[in-house]
Amino acid sequence: MKTLQQLQEIRDKEKIRMSIRENTGECVLTTVKKSVLICGGTGCVSGSSKITRDEFKARLKDHNLENEIEVIFVGCFGLCAKGPIVIIYPEGTFYEHVFPKDVGEIVDTHLVGGQVVKRLENKEAYDDGRNKPLFETQFYKAQQRICLKNCGHIDPENIDEYIAMDGYLAYPKCVKEMTPEGVIDVIKASNLRGRGGGGFPTGRKWEVTAKAKGDQKYIVCNADEGDPGAFMDRSILEGDPHSVIESMMIAGYACGATMGYVYIRAEYPIAVQRLLMALHQAREYGILGKNAMGLGHEFDIEVRLGAGAFVCGESSALVTSIEGHRGEPRQKPPNLAVEGLWGKPTALNNVETLANIPQIILNGADWYSSIGSPGNTGTKVFALGGKIVNTGLVEIPMGTTLRTVIEDIGGGCMNGKKFKAAQTGGPSGGCIPAELIDTPIDFDSLTEIGSMMGSGGLIVMDEDNCMVDIAKFFLDFTVEESCGKCTPCRIGNKRLFEILTRISEGKGEMKDIDEMLELSEYIKRDSLCGLGKTAPNPVISTIQYFKDEFIAHIKDKKCPAGVCTALLQYIIDKEKCIGCTLCIRKCPVDAIKGELKKPETFEVIQEKCIKCGACEPACKFKAILKV
Amino acid sequence: MSAFVDTVEQKEQLDAVLSDLKVVKGSLMIAMQKAQEIYGYLPKEIQERIAENLSFPLEKVYGIATFYSQFHIHKPGKYKVGICMGTACYVRGADLLLKRVEEITGILAGQTSENGLYTVEATRCIGCCGLAPLITVGEEVFGNINADDVNRIMENYKE
Ligand SMILES: Cc1cc2nc3c(=O)[nH]c(=O)nc-3n(C[C@H](O)[C@H](O)[C@H](O)COP(=O)(O)O)c2cc1C
Ligand code: SF4
Ligand code: FES
Repeated sequence: MKTLQQLQEIRDKEKIRMSIRENTGECVLTTVKKSVLICGGTGCVSGSSKITRDEFKARLKDHNLENEIEVIFVGCFGLCAKGPIVIIYPEGTFYEHVFPKDVGEIVDTHLVGGQVVKRLENKEAYDDGRNKPLFETQFYKAQQRICLKNCGHIDPENIDEYIAMDGYLAYPKCVKEMTPEGVIDVIKASNLRGRGGGGFPTGRKWEVTAKAKGDQKYIVCNADEGDPGAFMDRSILEGDPHSVIESMMIAGYACGATMGYVYIRAEYPIAVQRLLMALHQAREYGILGKNAMGLGHEFDIEVRLGAGAFVCGESSALVTSIEGHRGEPRQKPPNLAVEGLWGKPTALNNVETLANIPQIILNGADWYSSIGSPGNTGTKVFALGGKIVNTGLVEIPMGTTLRTVIEDIGGGCMNGKKFKAAQTGGPSGGCIPAELIDTPIDFDSLTEIGSMMGSGGLIVMDEDNCMVDIAKFFLDFTVEESCGKCTPCRIGNKRLFEILTRISEGKGEMKDIDEMLELSEYIKRDSLCGLGKTAPNPVISTIQYFKDEFIAHIKDKKCPAGVCTALLQYIIDKEKCIGCTLCIRKCPVDAIKGELKKPETFEVIQEKCIKCGACEPACKFKAILKV
Repeated sequence: MSAFVDTVEQKEQLDAVLSDLKVVKGSLMIAMQKAQEIYGYLPKEIQERIAENLSFPLEKVYGIATFYSQFHIHKPGKYKVGICMGTACYVRGADLLLKRVEEITGILAGQTSENGLYTVEATRCIGCCGLAPLITVGEEVFGNINADDVNRIMENYKE
């Protein structure tokens, strides 16, 4: 077991080595002269960054530089759209879209030759003849990284690097200098609210757990991340697993629990593997386990894998699933804090919520609550996706406007299209229309406009997305994922889905709109768990802000965005057509007729057309129109 | 369908897993996950063996196997083709990729082809939204693609 003194020695030594990643120009060069940081997040690994890393290592070895230049696989940098990303320190050169074939050039030209490879350099990061620090670029400028502080900076598979970033300092501080109540008071004073979607004050949850009677108590980390289109929690676990471990230990001390569970999606293999590795290293160092860090307390963590059921993200269903059953929610109260896992008091928190804790302990509640606004303190991580230029992971202070996120950080919509709406909260949330783009992003403001903060998925939609179709998409999801235990959710949401399907096929009636709203009220009121209670939200909010689109589908039998296939027609613009017959050859069902070089004879036979759209891109003259 | 037979190694692995898990609280799901790792799916014979060893009724095992989408009770195809239908992929046209995969393989999402070559699945967000829309074949991810790219990709998985 390492003593606190030994941990401090590791911290001091590693800090010096890692100072070259600071990009401040001031660093102490040890034997390591350069750092090559490669993104090892799921997105970039899928883009072959693992092979890139091996290639770097092999080439550096060929040049006998393997000791002087370290190659480090870090967590997500955030700017996934430019991935795979490689950053070279101390100069801070930011390379984008780096594939294995590019490694040779970077090694020869840059690492050996001292010249930047201009072709691969991020244009914005290079300014007036110097490298702009990453955090001054447009994408990072408005961000503030607390949960993601170490993501993209440290090697998540090396506990020493976490320790160097003041890791495993917060837990000893709690145990040596604070009482469990004192820790809870700090968390309460920070006003930290749960990041898993509900926004429940974390300090209060811990307080109830601490006060509840029980010979055994549990800490559970919710890493089920079910929102389809969100990957905040995964990135934190992949990039900085120790921060979650340390905060579970702190929660254990505060609530009087000696055992913790992390329930994580099996679809996240890299996160699972890094978490297991981190747990192993923490145990080896004596940080986790009996008499952790020699401070007289015990805490250990087990990992349980989810098995692909969205409802298991709901806290009571999750606990039921850990117990080894079908993950069905149960009636609350009793709350988990009183009667949770195996009937014992349980504090269940989301990954991102937990990732804030060590920082709050180290920097104080005042520091934390000075970020954001009262009642909505701190930052929130969002997975920015959809029709946006800079897809990726962003962390912003609460109260940042949607405009800043979309226009400044996100770089606006792709291909210069017009921003139509953003969707937050996934299948439980709602949309924010373009006219409300100046809404500050925090729990209260989003709820006020009929959306919600959610767990952090932020999907951008442009003029080509149909809102009826989006509502249908989410309902399809919840119908599929409803556990079926209670009727309003099982049947009610299915009815909503059927009505939406009818509308999208041009078979809707005007009274459908009111019927959906009424049905939604019942479902929200009578469902047992959060899944059912929030499932109608996407329907209600799209009707609220895009009623005219619903009316267009119902009355005019038209889909203004051109998405709902049943309402589409492909026709030929005879002015543009030159009669080349390419479209005829592409059509799988012979639905286009026409004679070679006689544009006036060209026609789509609507009865035959299956609206597959194969003809549209085939035409080089843009003569196929979708109306 | 031919009867299920496992190899000696597979059987030994499963036996070891089950005897380890006898003492773990809430071990049923873990056992099923490990068993699926060993066999690729959970045929009735294996469900029975798990039920017997861990002293659970078979209905309970079957109930769990059908509740969670990760468990497969039928043998999957040689190539598992997944089309991400997460929100980020969907708004970028994932349905067109799905349609094309279905055309090429001749089966619908959720099905396995008769020749045992393909299983097509509409999956949830796999966390590569920056590459949206995308498909996966086994562990490989193909991102930022359109329907015509799907034809090109599937050329490599024909036998
Ligand atoms: C259907 C449903 C799915 C949920 N999925 C998640 C999830 O994937 N991750 C998560 O942290 N919380 C999820 N929640 C919220 C949890 O029930 C719980 O409120 C949260 O994990 C508590 O942690 P927090 O207070 O730190 O946010 C979900 C809730 C519902 C109703
Ligand atoms: S609301 Fe839906 S998911 Fe929740 S318990 Fe009822 S049926 Fe199951
Ligand atoms: S929505 Fe497809 S990877 Fe996230």
